[in-house]
This record gives sequence, C-alpha cells and structure tokens, in this order.
Amino acid sequence: MSGQPASARRVGMEVSIAVSYAVQMARAEAIAAYPITPQTHIVEHLSSLVANGELEAEFINVESEHSALSACIGMSAAGARTYTATSAQGLALMHEILFITSGMRFPIVMTVANRALSAPLSIWNDHSDIMAARDIGWIQVFVKNGQEAYDHTLMAFKIAEHPEVLLPTIVNLDGFILSHVVEALEFLSQEDVDAFLPPYQPKYRLDPKKPVTMGAFAMPEIYTEVKYAHQVALSNSYGHILRVWDEWAGLTGRHYRPVESYLTEDARILFLTMGSLTEVAEVAVEEMRAQGLPVGLLSLRLWRPFPFDALREAVKGAELLIVCDRALSAGGPGGPVHSEVRNCLYPLETKPATVNYIIGLGGRDVPPKAFHDILARARQEAESGPTGEFFLYGVRG
Amino acid sequence: MDKFGFAQSQKFDTYASRLLPREEYFTSGHRSCQGCGEALAVRWVCKAIGKDAIIAHATGCMEIVSSGMPQTSWMHPWIHVAFENTAAVAAGIETGLKILARKGKIPEPLPAVVAMGGDGGTSDIGLQALSGALERGHNFTYVCWDNEAYMNTGIQRSSSTPYGAMTTTSPPGKRSIGQATWKKNMVAIAVAHGIPYVATASPSYVFDLYFKVRKAIETPGPAYIHVLSVCPTGWRSATDLSVRLGRLAVETGVFPLYEVVNGRYRLTVQPPKLRPVIDYLKPQGRFRHLRKPELDLIQRQTLAAYELLLAKCQAPYPEFPVLSHEEETIAEGA
Repeated sequence: MSGQPASARRVGMEVSIAVSYAVQMARAEAIAAYPITPQTHIVEHLSSLVANGELEAEFINVESEHSALSACIGMSAAGARTYTATSAQGLALMHEILFITSGMRFPIVMTVANRALSAPLSIWNDHSDIMAARDIGWIQVFVKNGQEAYDHTLMAFKIAEHPEVLLPTIVNLDGFILSHVVEALEFLSQEDVDAFLPPYQPKYRLDPKKPVTMGAFAMPEIYTEVKYAHQVALSNSYGHILRVWDEWAGLTGRHYRPVESYLTEDARILFLTMGSLTEVAEVAVEEMRAQGLPVGLLSLRLWRPFPFDALREAVKGAELLIVCDRALSAGGPGGPVHSEVRNCLYPLETKPATVNYIIGLGGRDVPPKAFHDILARARQEAESGPTGEFFLYGVRG
Repeated sequence: MDKFGFAQSQKFDTYASRLLPREEYFTSGHRSCQGCGEALAVRWVCKAIGKDAIIAHATGCMEIVSSGMPQTSWMHPWIHVAFENTAAVAAGIETGLKILARKGKIPEPLPAVVAMGGDGGTSDIGLQALSGALERGHNFTYVCWDNEAYMNTGIQRSSSTPYGAMTTTSPPGKRSIGQATWKKNMVAIAVAHGIPYVATASPSYVFDLYFKVRKAIETPGPAYIHVLSVCPTGWRSATDLSVRLGRLAVETGVFPLYEVVNGRYRLTVQPPKLRPVIDYLKPQGRFRHLRKPELDLIQRQTLAAYELLLAKCQAPYPEFPVLSHEEETIAEGA
C-alpha cells in the first residue's frame, strides 16, 4: 500500500491508510506506537512510509502504550511534531499519561480507533475506551467517515499546536466500522497542506542553551491555579477550533461544526449520535422523513471542549431528544453522552425531554432498523414517562 | 569540562579534586534530608554530565525535593513526567533531537540525554520502560539512585531493599525478619541487554563516579549506572555517616564498584581486604533487629556474590574476613 498519496483527487482507500497519509502530509516528525487492534493498519503504514523514506520522521517501536505516550512526551518536549495512535486497552494503559500530556501542554495528536474495553475481551467497536478517558483535558473530536478522519487528522495538528491552545488532540474514529472500511476520499495536495499547516514552532523545548524545568510538582497553594489555567485554555480552544475548521472549509468546501444538524428543520424529535453511527442514523432519519415523521438528527462532533451553546441552540424547538450512547456507565445514569447532554440542557427553561438508548456495544451491528425501533419506543416513553434511566437496545435475557 | 576525555578517564586516580568542575548544576536550596547521599550523588553526576545535557527524572525523592513549582534546583533542561516511564521519556527526547537535527532544525553535536530514577522507579515499576529503551539502543545514560526502598513515600520495601532490612512494609515481627528477599541484581539485568556500558558507583568514591558518568555519556548507545545512595532517614543511620557508610558498603563487599564494558567486567575499586559486613550493618538502625543466624547468612551471601563477581572480573581475591563465632548481635553491640 506504500506510495505517494493521491493529491486533490478522489481515490478509494482504507480509512486507516488515509489517516496515515494525513499524518505523512502533516509532516509529523516523531511517532511512537504500540500495536493494538484495530489501530494497527495506521501505524503499520506509517512504519512503511518512514522505512521507505517517504516520511522524514523517527518511529519508535515502544514496548507498551504507556511508553508510547511517554516517548511522545519526550519527543514533543524536544520540539518535534508528534503523533501516536491506539485503541481500547492501549488507551486505558496510557490513562495516567493522558492527563500528564495535557497538564504539561504538549500538542500531541492521537488517533483513537475506538474499541470496547475488556472484560470480556472484545476487539470490536464501541466508545467505552474514550468515554473512560473523558476528563483527560485533551481536545476530542469524533468523525463519521473516512473523509472526516483524513480532514480532522490534519486539522488536529494545526489546532493543537496553536500557541494559545497547546493542547493534545484526539481524533476518535470507530474501530473496524471506520478504520477498516474502504471509502472514496479526497486528498489535498501537499502544497495546500504545507500552506495550511506550517512547521511546528515549539514555544518551549528542552534546550541546554535555554534550560527550563518541565513537570514541576505543585503544592496546594498553586495546584488549583494550574488546573484553572488548563480549563481556560481548553475552553478558549473552542474559538481556535472553529477558525481552523472555517479555514478548512475555504480550502476544501467541507464545513464542520461542533454540533452537526441533519434534516432538523421543523423536527420535533431529534436523535443525537456520535461517530460512524451518524451515517446509519442519517439513512434512518431520511426514511422517517419519507414517512412524514417530524424527525431530525444531531451529531456531536466536538466532545471536548463541550459545545454547550451550540447544542442548546441546536435542540431549540424539539420536544424529544433521543441520545444514542455507545458506552455504558455501569451503576450510573446510563450513557456518558446522555449525562452530559442532559446536564447541558438542564438550565434551559424550554427544553426537550431526553431519553437514553445505549446501542452497538462491543461491535454489535446497528442497522437503520434499530433507529426505527428506538423511535417507536422513545415516543411511547415520551407519552407514558421514561421506563428507566436508560434502555440497553437489543439486549437479550 | 571536556578536558577529561574518554582516553584520560582511565587515569581518574591521578586527578585532584580541585580539577573537577566548579560549576554547580544541582543547586542549593533543595529540600533533601540532612546527610542525603542521593543529593550528593546527583550533584556529582550533574557535574560529570556537563552543561550540554538534558535530564529526564522519575517521580521520587530527588524530583520532590528539587522541583516545587515555581522553583527548581536544576540548571539543566529537566523534565519530570511520571514514576515508571522515565526511560521512555528519555528515549523520546533522544529520538526527537535526532530527527530535528536530521531536518536541520537544531545544531549538532546533540546534547547528552540522561534519565534518572530511584530504585523503585528503576527495578520495580520502571523496569519495563527501561528494558524497552535499553533494548532499542537509544543513545542515553540511565542513572539509578539506589537508596534501597521507597523513601519518598515513607520507607516501604522495594525489590532493591537488602535482605533483613526493616522497612515500613517489611517490618520485623514474630513471623518476619524484615525484608525476606535478596536485593534484585539490576546491574546484571542491564548487562543482559547487551548494552555497551554498565557500572556501579557511589558518591563516597567521587572520582570513580565522575569518570564512570563521563564514560557513560561518551559511549554511543545506552549506558546504565547504578549509584548506591545512603539514606540516613530510611536506613536509620547518623546523618554525618553517609559518606562513611558508602565506603563501608564497598569495603565489606556489599556494594562492589565495577564496570561492565561491552560485557566485560572490571572491578574499579579493589579493597585489599574485605571487612566483615557487620561493620556496614551495625551503624544502620534498619538492621538492628538481626541476630547471629541472619548476620551469618548475610555475610556468607555477600562473600558468595563477591566471589562470583571476582570470577567475572578475573580479579585476584582480597583477604576475606574471618567469620565470627561470637554470639554477637547488632542490638547488643549497639
């Protein structure tokens, strides 16, 4: 699969390979990764790009994901544009370092090919890995198809490295469902990418000519202020994210928003999805519209910083919001996305009722029919009151 | 600084202390305990690595006493990330510098990359990251500060705690003699990776330590230096005895000073006569509960390990201590 990426033309390509080409076109300089299904094709292809001299970079084959992200911190601290990718158990093993990466403000870009967490062991897709890493302080976006995966991988570097942002960024793409599917994709030319994404200029780096101490510890007198600074930076990254997305729209015609709306005009019932589920839901919503049902679809693209205002605006006029989660917070309120959405909408005087459906765990297929079933059940719940905090769609027993 | 080149480094005993660098890279004002052998070791290692170096440090005593935001004791560019990953961070720094130099973004020669961590961060929780970094052949030096327990968290046992030692998690009691296992041989583990330079060192032997660090820095590829760091707080020893205890560890054969260059062992300090281990154990409160059977066991084990090392070094035997048959215990002697 090695070779030059196609420039500014449509090609059929596996999404993982497209992501690795995006990393190549971003001229990433330093990569450390550990193999884990379904992330493997991304790092395999990057390895071959480096091995063939098609990407001027160093690739460290570390002995664990914990060391992968640790080595990435070292490379980023040295001043290199740094990338890694992982999934599920790998993300969980990185957990400790995820917080340190953002706390120390290293603009590392990571692809997470979302996969279920053990046990039982499952290599297949859901969002339990990234939802367990919700509070890591990184910028986090979700993509619904291969084109978006390519686009957002490139944009992630530009967002992360902005001197006023300096935050690590995760692009979430659904394992197998997206990572291993072949799609028609449009690539930018290298010249356009270079003009869009100039070389990384680190604000601080480890340099004997200008020594700095990184990773000092904080006593109670200062810890809160450092955390507040991180919160302000992550919150303020919102404007920079929108600016980069707007610039991308000017370049490609593909315009991304923190909350995407599909057939929402006059909709009284809204689905809310994330990731690849969105394209399936689009098909279902089209069918519902054809049946004359007042149904629309919201897709949450930006998970962190959470787009509070955009979501509040997007639900205006709706009576019922059906939040589809792909992870279960066991013993809790159900899906993490629903929890946050309900939290976001709570202060509104007029707001839709919300119901939570958890679907597609551990790679369980979600056909458009599932959304029809959910709609029927949700409308019943809306009339007679919710039957519980959440509903685990399709569960047997 | 670099007047001590690699070739000259063999003649370390011909230099006087006033010829060693006056620059301080680990500066005063840090919060280490009185009599800290580790702080002493850090100071000399930092002098030896010179100005042109980057340090990655593990969580632990030295990190905590030296880097309370917004202050720092480190004149080198310095980074602390976590406890168990310092070798991986150092590997990343070395790799990052390499690619930036190849792309012409930073000048060559590149600064030395040095990783530092305690015995827990090295032989326990950080062993995997260290093994990975050594195996991959990164050009860096790893220095282990071995104070033989988790001192920073309150003297809990590690795999580097010696047999019989009292710690807060290996307390002596009716069914315990204290630490029930023998000290993990980290040096042998490092050597097993086939790396070009491995050494033990002690701040009680400054010249030996200084030139071993210089050799490690100048050796292309990974180097590992294991530094015995006397800890009065954890060892329950007098604060003015730290340098003395470091010497006694060598003179009794408990912590021999040697280096392993491309797999070949060499004793760098050869005491003509080994002292009995009791001389080393007695001043340390952590061993005060031991009785004759355990002391004899430690003596025998120490000599056996020393003999194995002598064989590897092809070094002549020193005079061994005559094993005592007195009913001596540390408690009674103390």
